[in-house]
Amino acid sequence: MASGVAEAGSAAPRVRPKISRDDWLMRAFMGVIGLYLLVTLAFPLYAMFAKSLDSYRFDLANIELQVDKGEGWGESLSALELAGPVEAIDTEDLTARSGERIAPTDFFPDFSFRSETRYRLRNIEPSRGGFLVGGKVVTETDWVELSSNEFRRVLIRPEPGRGLGNYIEYFSTPALFHSIYNSLIIAGITTVITVTLAFAFAYALTRSCMAFKGLFKTIAMVPILVPSLLPGIALVYLFGNQGMIKELLFGHSIYGPIGIVIASVFFTFPHALIIILTALSISDARLYEAATALRAPKTRIFWTVTLPGARYGLISAAFVVFNLVITDFGVPKVIGGQFDVLSLDIYKQVIGQQNFEMGAVVSVVLLIPALAAFSVDRAVQKKQVALLSSRAVPYQPSPSWRLDTAMFGYCCLVGLFILGLLGVCQFAALIKFWPYDLSFSLANYNFDVMDGGGWSSFTNSIQLGLYTAFIGTCVIFVGGYLVEKGRGFLVGRGAFQLLAMMPMAIPGMVLGLAYIFFFNDPDNPLSFLYGTMAILVICTITHFYTVSHLTGVTALKQMDPEFESVSASLKQPVTKVFLRVTVPVCLPAIFDIWIYLFVNAMTTVSAVVFLYSPDTSLASIAVLNMDDAGDIAPAAAMGMMIFYVNASMRLAHAAITARLQGRTQAWRVR
Amino acid sequence: MSGRTSAGDDGRQGARDAYLSIRDLSKSFGDFLALQDVALEVFEGEFVCFLGPSGCGKTTLLRAIAGLDIQTRGSIEQAGRDISALPPSERDFGIVFQSYALFPNLSVRKNVAYGLENRKVPRAEVERRVEELLATVGLPEQSDKFPAQLSGGQQQRVALARALAPSPGLLLLDEPLSALDAKVRVRLRHEIKSLQRTLGVTTIMVTHDQEEALTMSDRIVVMNHGVIEQVGTPLEIYRDPATAFVADFIGTMNFLPGVVVGPQRVRFGSVELDCDADGVAEGKSVTIAVRPEDIVVQSGDEGQENVLPARIGSMEFLGSFYRADLVGEGLEADQLRADLSINLVRRLQLDEGMNVNAVIPRGRIRLYPTGPAGG
Repeated sequence: MASGVAEAGSAAPRVRPKISRDDWLMRAFMGVIGLYLLVTLAFPLYAMFAKSLDSYRFDLANIELQVDKGEGWGESLSALELAGPVEAIDTEDLTARSGERIAPTDFFPDFSFRSETRYRLRNIEPSRGGFLVGGKVVTETDWVELSSNEFRRVLIRPEPGRGLGNYIEYFSTPALFHSIYNSLIIAGITTVITVTLAFAFAYALTRSCMAFKGLFKTIAMVPILVPSLLPGIALVYLFGNQGMIKELLFGHSIYGPIGIVIASVFFTFPHALIIILTALSISDARLYEAATALRAPKTRIFWTVTLPGARYGLISAAFVVFNLVITDFGVPKVIGGQFDVLSLDIYKQVIGQQNFEMGAVVSVVLLIPALAAFSVDRAVQKKQVALLSSRAVPYQPSPSWRLDTAMFGYCCLVGLFILGLLGVCQFAALIKFWPYDLSFSLANYNFDVMDGGGWSSFTNSIQLGLYTAFIGTCVIFVGGYLVEKGRGFLVGRGAFQLLAMMPMAIPGMVLGLAYIFFFNDPDNPLSFLYGTMAILVICTITHFYTVSHLTGVTALKQMDPEFESVSASLKQPVTKVFLRVTVPVCLPAIFDIWIYLFVNAMTTVSAVVFLYSPDTSLASIAVLNMDDAGDIAPAAAMGMMIFYVNASMRLAHAAITARLQGRTQAWRVR
Repeated sequence: MSGRTSAGDDGRQGARDAYLSIRDLSKSFGDFLALQDVALEVFEGEFVCFLGPSGCGKTTLLRAIAGLDIQTRGSIEQAGRDISALPPSERDFGIVFQSYALFPNLSVRKNVAYGLENRKVPRAEVERRVEELLATVGLPEQSDKFPAQLSGGQQQRVALARALAPSPGLLLLDEPLSALDAKVRVRLRHEIKSLQRTLGVTTIMVTHDQEEALTMSDRIVVMNHGVIEQVGTPLEIYRDPATAFVADFIGTMNFLPGVVVGPQRVRFGSVELDCDADGVAEGKSVTIAVRPEDIVVQSGDEGQENVLPARIGSMEFLGSFYRADLVGEGLEADQLRADLSINLVRRLQLDEGMNVNAVIPRGRIRLYPTGPAGG
């Protein structure tokens, strides 16, 4: 009987596993999706970093000029020497923006283009900046001789360079870096308020026996369905200069920190609620029984059982809210007034001043708190999962008249706040002209006569939503499957997972700006995408990749890891187990990804605001532009249109999911 | 059945070719060596169990045979074909996992038919084969139900039918019974064994349950710390454990520290026993092993060898027998566990505190070099 322990230390050669067709297929797909993420995320971000380091400086010492007033060429002087006495030019600080120019005619106070004087100039050393003569760039060292009429069309260009110049300028401009402080304060205050409110709301939903829990939960999710611009618009109607109840502010202005905080609380509330709700609903009833058996009073149970059990959820919610607020751009745009925050600075620098380098610098600055909040959140989320014990017994609240009534009252207030803001927008959209003519009118829906792209922007938005949802769901779910169920190839899968997690840390404004730098570069073979619907779809999929990816991966983790092994042992290709088993079983999660992408594509402003073209304007952008142009009522009307589309999609999603549970998911019932 | 070239039928019964040969197999996960130079041969039609405590490497070895986690070094040959580096899809086996891994959204019929599709088999033929398999595993009427509507034992049978559907040359079972109730487990043990015997399919089962291994296997492979401790028939393993680990792991065993004092003589405490101590040098420390059921308890001395007077310290009622702790001067600090049949206890009116004589038959005593294992 041959068997037993062979001689120790026998060094047989290492086995090199043969890679099956399925493995190749999965690697090829992962390569494609990985490449997609590289091109749509990593490369643009790199382009943005590079841009932020581009600095320009006038090198006046490198240009020399000579003047001939009919007596032959005079003394040769450098532009720097000539500029010295000129007041308009600060020769101490010659840093410039890429588009800035200096006209050498400024050096000669007695210059007249009608005079007979002749000028000539040249670069002393070959230069990358050089000067322009009527649109033609001269970078060589040959003399260029010009009449005074021609000379007035000469412009000196700044020299491009690399360095921290932009950053130095940023931090030496108090108006700019003061925004950091503003952003942090606003995000901090909003975080405290939102998390407190959301915790109490989640507590009411999980620990009390009040009525209408389902309804309250639905209402609390409403803010997800509207662009963050909308609460701002509602606040303008309520507390603005002609606000309905502006007396309640006792003379304070809603335009500024107060408005930003209130509107931010509105749109971050559901995000915090979802996380805290999860944290509270996984707590273990046995802990409460033990605490009651030990005769701990109710308040003590709250502080020693409820709160510690939800602490990771609270921390996670806090960082998510912080991140949302600090990167949001819609709220401060509508109601920020003169109060500058980081995300608004990016917009102003890029759209207002066309200063792309400075926009890139602010983006990099904005990345820092966003990345920090993201990393803390990830670390905390891991612990939250570890807290889940499979043997935990779900907690069932017992009725208590006092608690239930108090909680019901509280939830009514929150519900009133959410539906109230929405109602104000609807009211504003349907009346002729607040506050002078309150008669009913649909005139505000006549978008085609307003700035903002008209009804076509609305259909564009729906197109964007559908494309993003269909393509994004396929790409993201397949990507999640490859990461979760691939065989071997650990390095590749790890790298892919890292790429998939990155978008969550990247604010939309930053992503959009990075796309300008990357896709608008004429040397980029992909630049044909710029200004098309395709780039909006790509950008939106990438922007919302992480949450969708995590939804998919969570569902896939619940699948038996041996399905693929069994299928392979039965000699069936991996595509078969994917299509026949994985996709049908994960359909609820796939629909969740779909609706998440659709709703967000409808409401997003931040990334796409840099990327839309006149042909591809979007509803959310139209809200922004109409509000900017003072057409607040039509902006509210368009915002409500977005809400209706999203709400009906949500309803359809709920109906389909319910039908699905009944039909194809019959196997779930015993 | 494809892939089952029968080595046994061509008249070379004496020196059978192995159906599966594993040579110098090692598997490491980083610094951890999960399998170390494992060599094993499995013959056509055999039922082999990999038995050992958790973490001993038995599942790792099974997954290497399946190609799910390919070994770091070493080779595996199946039916004369080197399959060492092949992915699972290019090997010839069916597998049943502990979780069964039944596709939850497919009916029982579709689960079983899953491996028969895309093989250019006519649909009617597939239908027939599925019915036949479901009849074989005793589930003829359940074919339109979903897995979640079946009991654990039924799910297990479906998994078995699915694995057997393409007539694999090798059936791999990864703890197939451990998720079931004790009673169902015993019943399925017999069913799987008789099914295997009828089909004659070479089968490897991983288990940590010695009873399962003893009742089902033709041969048992006992593993510990990534190496094979012993390979043998259930009787060999039980009667003649090759190492102290095997002796301890299978069944119950008394371990006593002793010294070899002469040819065929060993001493522990102040007692000397006759035994077969061939080849062990005098004066060497050994571990003396004897099974509780091999100790004969009697009231008087009937003139046998290896009689030692003892007192019954405590008795534990275990249903069909009592397990008694024997203490005595000769045993010093050690205790001897002995199994006493109900009959014996009644006949001799044995009770705690009684003085008796314990006889240890010399043929039942095994000696192992003193090491960390045992006791």
